[in-house]
Amino acid sequence: MNSPIEAIGLTPYLGIGAILLVLGVFGIFLNRKNVIIILMSIELILLSANINFVAFSAATGDLSGQVMTLFVLTIAAAESAIGLAIVTVYFRNRGSIEVDDITMMKG
Amino acid sequence: MNWTLALPEIVLALSGLVILLAGVMQKRGQAFFSCTMMTLFALVVTAALVVLSPDGTGYSHVFINDGFARFMKVLALAGAALSLVLGIGYAREMEIDKFEFPVLVLFSTLGAMIMASSGNLMTLFVGLELSSLSIYILCAFARDQVTAAEAGLKYFVLGSLASGILLYGISLAYGFAGTLDYAGLQQAVRGSAVLPAGLMVGIVFVLVGLCFKLSMVPFHMWTPDVYQGAPTSVTAYMAGAPKIAAFAVLLRVMAGPFGSMAHQWQLLIEVVSAASMVFGALAAIPQGNIKRLMAYSSIGHMGYAMIGLAAGTAEGTRGTLVYLVTYLFMNVGAFAGIVAMRRKGRAVSRISDLAGLGRSDPGMALAMAVFMFSMAGAPPLAGFFGKLMVFYAAINAQLYGLAAIGIISSVIGAYYYIRIVKIMFFDAAAPALDRAPVSVSFVSVGMGLVTVFFIVALGPVATAAQAAAAALFR
Repeated sequence: MNSPIEAIGLTPYLGIGAILLVLGVFGIFLNRKNVIIILMSIELILLSANINFVAFSAATGDLSGQVMTLFVLTIAAAESAIGLAIVTVYFRNRGSIEVDDITMMKG
Repeated sequence: MNWTLALPEIVLALSGLVILLAGVMQKRGQAFFSCTMMTLFALVVTAALVVLSPDGTGYSHVFINDGFARFMKVLALAGAALSLVLGIGYAREMEIDKFEFPVLVLFSTLGAMIMASSGNLMTLFVGLELSSLSIYILCAFARDQVTAAEAGLKYFVLGSLASGILLYGISLAYGFAGTLDYAGLQQAVRGSAVLPAGLMVGIVFVLVGLCFKLSMVPFHMWTPDVYQGAPTSVTAYMAGAPKIAAFAVLLRVMAGPFGSMAHQWQLLIEVVSAASMVFGALAAIPQGNIKRLMAYSSIGHMGYAMIGLAAGTAEGTRGTLVYLVTYLFMNVGAFAGIVAMRRKGRAVSRISDLAGLGRSDPGMALAMAVFMFSMAGAPPLAGFFGKLMVFYAAINAQLYGLAAIGIISSVIGAYYYIRIVKIMFFDAAAPALDRAPVSVSFVSVGMGLVTVFFIVALGPVATAAQAAAAALFR
């Protein structure tokens, strides 16, 4: 059986993973508007690691990477649920979810 | 398969579910107290099971139980139980006395235990997330308070970023070593003369993620805000069990899988450790809020504990373990003092609110003074012995510069600790604080006695730490 990873190699997969990671990190630090975008960026970072896991798993023929991916998907779901809950609590208190407004405590 | 290896974790997880059910079935008002008591009981039972649990590797190498894991687990359980006791009176007055509170602490501790026993990067990540996700909720638990919500949001965003970076590092390490097992990683690292760049990047990413959980400089920026905003009993918990678990993982990973390439990461650890010690000492000086001050203090303490890891020897690990024991007890004690800081039913947290405590509540003031002197490292209190052992290990490992920086920064740090003592005993009195709840006084007195008479327990603790370190360096 000729799997795609044998045909085109690992590099494109790792490249996409790296691009997603960088996008996610920049999405958190450069975004000044909205906390929801931060939640999306966090999801991007986790998924970039997932792409790596699956690619490596396919390339090495070791299944544990794919098992790890399933765990990560579950954890990512829990994480975004908790994130949204915290954002809701924050919105009820402040009436805003702009990133620039999260400055009650400083120093 | 030897499933009894994870018996303490299984028991703790099941009792968490049972307590959750019991909480739902009771009336809202009473559920908090009974659930806290049940959780405390579950933690004590688990600690007993941990002490009795056998050595070994189980579940196809994802779970390791050895002397080191037991030491860290007992410590994490102790930290969780003590901060729960602190929370009993506090939660009622803050109106956060919901039965989910102890259950979340329980699950977070379960995550910490799984981290301490991880034999595989998968277990590490799942344990870390179980521990962190519970703490995100706990931070925002006082949901009508804007500072608590903000603390929860900040910790969630930055904590998830750190988890993501850690996960990415794990994926790189997996790809270049071909396995997630610590044992397999160790072989892969030992086999190659020159490490592939990808593996190196992966290891650095894993280190960054763990340093974030430990709030080491330069990944500390979340610490002061989260410590200040979160409910005080949650802060007391956060400064204990999760840090111990992160240290457990760090020590195990750095001694085991990546131990043979110590010369490549040692400098990194030294820099992070020195930066944390200096920053913790300097940045705490201008603080007016005692919870922020404790945040900077814990950054500094993690720096000292890290010296033992930088030494990279069994002796250094022993130093770190003893340091963590002393840190846990004096830290919980100091937080007992902060939990008790209430005036006319409202929690206050400015340092100037402590003025005159020496006259209005001499017992509490004396206990706080003991903890402050201990944190500054004054002999013969507990903090002194922790510092002594890590510095000793650093000098034996010829890290003279790091030991010198540690000693200088502990002298600088002594300034702000002793300033609190001065404010309590010699400043013009502020209006008296309310009487501390019984549970808080209990913890405060207990931890005070432990801190003062630690010299008696030093022998057994050091022996246990020695055995734990030996299990890691076998």
